Amino acid sequence: MPDAVTLEGITKTYDKGKVVAVKDVSFTVKQGELFGLIGPDGAGKSTLFRILTTLLLPDAGVATVAGLDTTRDFRKIRACVGYMPGRFSLYQDLSVAENLNFFATLFDTTVEANYALIRDIYEQIKPFSTRRAGKLSGGMKQKLALCCALVHKPDVLFLDEPTTGVDAVSRKEFWDMLKRLKEQGISILVSTPYMDEANLCERIALIQNGKILSIDTPQQIIRDYPGKLYAVRSGSMHKLLADTRSFPGTASSYAFGQYLHLAFTPGREGSAANLEKYLGERGHSGIEIEEITASVEDRFIQLMGNDR
Amino acid sequence: MKQFLVFVRKEFYHVFRDKRTLLILFGLPIAQVLLFGFALTTEIKNAQIVVVDYSKDVATQQIITRIAASPYFSLDREVLSYADMERAFRRGKIKCAVVFPPHFNEDLLHGHKAQVQIIADASDPNTDRTLSNYLNAIIGEYQHDLNANIPVPYQIKTEITMLYNPEMNGSMNFIPGVIALVLMIACTTLTSVSIVREKEMGTMEVLLVSPFRPLYVILSKAVPYLALSLMNFTIILLLGVFLLDVPIRGNLVLLFAESLFFILSCLSFGLLISSFTSSQQTAMMISMMGMMLPTILFTGFLFPIENMPWPLQVISNIVPAKWYYSIMKTVMLKGLGITAVWKESLVLVGMTCALLAISLKSFKIRLA
Repeated sequence: MPDAVTLEGITKTYDKGKVVAVKDVSFTVKQGELFGLIGPDGAGKSTLFRILTTLLLPDAGVATVAGLDTTRDFRKIRACVGYMPGRFSLYQDLSVAENLNFFATLFDTTVEANYALIRDIYEQIKPFSTRRAGKLSGGMKQKLALCCALVHKPDVLFLDEPTTGVDAVSRKEFWDMLKRLKEQGISILVSTPYMDEANLCERIALIQNGKILSIDTPQQIIRDYPGKLYAVRSGSMHKLLADTRSFPGTASSYAFGQYLHLAFTPGREGSAANLEKYLGERGHSGIEIEEITASVEDRFIQLMGNDR
Repeated sequence: MKQFLVFVRKEFYHVFRDKRTLLILFGLPIAQVLLFGFALTTEIKNAQIVVVDYSKDVATQQIITRIAASPYFSLDREVLSYADMERAFRRGKIKCAVVFPPHFNEDLLHGHKAQVQIIADASDPNTDRTLSNYLNAIIGEYQHDLNANIPVPYQIKTEITMLYNPEMNGSMNFIPGVIALVLMIACTTLTSVSIVREKEMGTMEVLLVSPFRPLYVILSKAVPYLALSLMNFTIILLLGVFLLDVPIRGNLVLLFAESLFFILSCLSFGLLISSFTSSQQTAMMISMMGMMLPTILFTGFLFPIENMPWPLQVISNIVPAKWYYSIMKTVMLKGLGITAVWKESLVLVGMTCALLAISLKSFKIRLA
């Protein structure tokens, strides 16, 4: 069995080389893997998806999908992958059932033939099957789009930011569905700007400004966080950010939920007590400093700092 | 094949669920036909006219009275001289003038022959021709009455002078022109907009990442719009025949065959536009404005091509609508067959094939 997806030194520029979208990207998605591409908007995720789905030609590098070359064998790839673009890309003026039937026929199959695969998802939107797709809620739109991308039982599934603009409950449901699909042996490449979703993937690639920062399992990525990380808070958070940054031992300090996440410069890691004293001198009250385990986002921010 | 049919059905869903498309498809032709048929009518009532009478005798008075009595003319006043008349023309106050030379009645009675000059403002050729025909008829009638009981007939020779546009190229027969215009705009706009909409909505991405060949995407776009355009063509023909009494003298099959080719060339244009635009608004603007102007200007149905400077005449040759219009006029109004229009038909077919080839070639099988 070949790897589901391989990229080797993929580079893509727009506007005749003026804008670099992705630069020298290489990674592999194994057969049956749920692989996440994690990065903020504009990192180059959609460009990679379009190269892999044969919609764009890379300027340099080689990519394969299901063992097929994306440039040479584009026609074969188009028949065996499922693609859900970042934007809702179904016919808004067609009903739910019409959309599904249309895409099933387009892929030379029927809804019934692979109904087992989409049953769990489709049952949820079935009550609305006569409703126009444009009138569905965000979460239902995504479920329908997933059904349409799955209806021909693809070998590899490409989902470009499937949970963007979807409420928290639907997001969770969506990820549960992906896990079930993975169990059916479908390789899935999914992108997301939400760092908290990274933990739901088997392996992830962190991408920023068109470059891959790190590729590993989410657990290993967190484990690779160098040094210790502290969560800090006080009565006056706004002032706290400025004060922690002016503290001589601070390597980085940034807002993270209700806390500041703070790392000390290497060699000065025991400075927590000093910091508390320092902050106290500057009139802070209710100071909390606590060592925490880093998250994927912390690692991402740390890697981004290295990259600059 | 099944994929193709489902795709075509989907296109029909789009058309019948979108008010804007329906409006372009069916509102446009009806509006155009009614507009050209009734609002832009070439029928004349109460045209301003002056008489320059150098003889002022019984005969001229009788003719002037008859003209004044006609519902088509409103006799402004009798001007005294040629110069006055010319001034009135230049100010655009009058459409037409009648000039009687001195000794009109004498010439008529003794020489059995008299002359009268009709001068018309031919910058509006249709009006001009109609007016001079009416005047001719009035004078002819007078002459006929005069000759009723006389052995040697009197002759009044009318000499018609066309000011500004002596060739008189203007056609009242606008229906073929409207057909060309409507088909051009409707087919081009609908095709380009429907493809660009797929791009804009992102559905083109999904369509491309499927085993359905890009060529079939185009074909299944073209087929519904071809059918709808033929329907459109039929509607205009029916409107023309039953509402405006335009005759169809030629072979209906030939008319449809020629129209089919013209529609195909319009569809190819739309396809070509869709390859180079990425928003529905742009596609719509280019198809409507970009197609409307050349079609109106260069088909010759509103402005005579023969009067244009030669560079424009050369350009007019590359507008398919010009050839189609010429075919339609010949077949529909003159009732001639393929032998009369084979040259134009060949040009039209050639253009259609070329356009189709270019547009198919320019269709992108990827996004960029």
